[in-house]
Amino acid sequence: MKIPEILSNAGEWAGGEGPYHQIVISSRVRLARNLKNHSFPGWAKKAERLQILDEIKPVVEDLPEMGDAFSEYLQDLSALEKQVLVERHLISREHAAKGAGSAVVMNRKQTLSIMINEEDHLRMQALRCGLQLKSTFKMLDKVDSALDGKLDFAFHPSLGYLTACPTNVGTGMRASAMVHLPALVLSEQINQVIQAVNKIGLAVRGLHGEGTEAMGNLFQVSNQITLGEKEEEIVGRLNKVIEQVIEHEQNARQMLLQKKLSTLRDQIGRGYGILTHGYSITSKEALNLLSFMKLGVDLSFFPEACGAAVDELFIETQPAHLQKGSQQKLAAEERDSLRAGIIRDKLKSFPKPDITTPKPERNGPKERDDE
Amino acid sequence: MVCDVCKTNQSTVFLTQIVDGKMQKVNLCESCSKEKGVTDPTGFALADLLLGLGKNQDIEKGGPIQKCPVCGFSQADFKKTGRLGCAHCYEIFSDNLASLLKAMHKGTDHIGKVPARVLRTLEADAKMKDLERSLEKAVRAEDYESAAEIRDQIKQLETRIQS
Repeated sequence: MKIPEILSNAGEWAGGEGPYHQIVISSRVRLARNLKNHSFPGWAKKAERLQILDEIKPVVEDLPEMGDAFSEYLQDLSALEKQVLVERHLISREHAAKGAGSAVVMNRKQTLSIMINEEDHLRMQALRCGLQLKSTFKMLDKVDSALDGKLDFAFHPSLGYLTACPTNVGTGMRASAMVHLPALVLSEQINQVIQAVNKIGLAVRGLHGEGTEAMGNLFQVSNQITLGEKEEEIVGRLNKVIEQVIEHEQNARQMLLQKKLSTLRDQIGRGYGILTHGYSITSKEALNLLSFMKLGVDLSFFPEACGAAVDELFIETQPAHLQKGSQQKLAAEERDSLRAGIIRDKLKSFPKPDITTPKPERNGPKERDDE
Repeated sequence: MVCDVCKTNQSTVFLTQIVDGKMQKVNLCESCSKEKGVTDPTGFALADLLLGLGKNQDIEKGGPIQKCPVCGFSQADFKKTGRLGCAHCYEIFSDNLASLLKAMHKGTDHIGKVPARVLRTLEADAKMKDLERSLEKAVRAEDYESAAEIRDQIKQLETRIQS
């Protein structure tokens, strides 16, 4: 399968129908693995990296999960295609910078992506919508076990899986959830929440992970520790913390509805006004305003059916996604005006926010993580 | 108080640094403090000294920089990149990594998933030890019939492990 095909559909994880999908955009788990008898990718010479790639790629493509996979060498992807994959969280920014000697294999649903020769020989990740950390881990664990039968992974009896960076040694696992917390930001409680989460050894980061800015009130919460704790414990602990963050966000939303209704109306109204009437919108502004549109849908200011359009815009308005629909290279200003056009078009059928009667928050699906 | 680096001269420079909430103290004599550049306290990381980059004996003797014999990766490379060269580096630099891992993680022992291949080897090893013990016991009891049986089992297990 070729990349245009991948791009034509949004990927299952972006569908937005998982548990707590109003607040938890996606759940992700990644595992780092290395072959025993090769230098790590950052240290190996090109010839060795190619050899590693030849060893790993066929085995990965053979996985039953990869039956209809997209599999490509990094040097065969254009800068734009790489950037689109980054915006969809299917490859890391670090991987996008790689050329010959690296590859990516991902399934059609875009729920499983395996990077070869990123920082480690293998970086595999599973991605699902909503809060589904446990089942996401299980899915990836199965893939890992299948690969383990065919590849000789570097494993130390007391240090566990060996990784290029000592911060990943042990389980080699990083589990994370992308959460949308506009009410905690609006009510200025977000720093408290971040500090509390940091204190118990979890990291809170921006949209694209390490070192990125938080835009659109989107935050990534993940585990830091990989040694001295079992995978299931890490996932369970993270899951519990996310559930608490969800509760805080829900409380903050109720508080805004009851005590700061005019602030809430103002934010949602401004978001609606600018997005439906703007002619030049940067990706950062779009994300920040779309965040309040999403909140507006969650709080019944807009009909529930409008939610999908907002979710789609979150992805479609990113720079590379805009560029891919265009023949020639767009300058930033051209992208901004194209972005504004796409948003206006998509929100054309959107009714004005219903601010006359405050309604109770729509109840999210009550089912817990699937076990 | 004797200098922590040369272990001979009297120390005149006393350093205290707090890293991750843990206090570390180092005492240095005048010449060693100059050699380490401690005159400029902002440019000096106590952790470097403790994490082994300043493995004092090496520097004093002008000894070889520690390198991984498998991949050629050195401590200086680690200092530069924060990444290791290959799986064997974890053995080679284990002394220096131990404190780093301790500070980073919850413990220094992996208690999570073990690859099936490794698990099988571990099980086979345990079984082998078991059999060896029974063999010893049988021999001591002069129960040669059982001993012969156990020896056959050991041989079987050995071929299985090798395959």
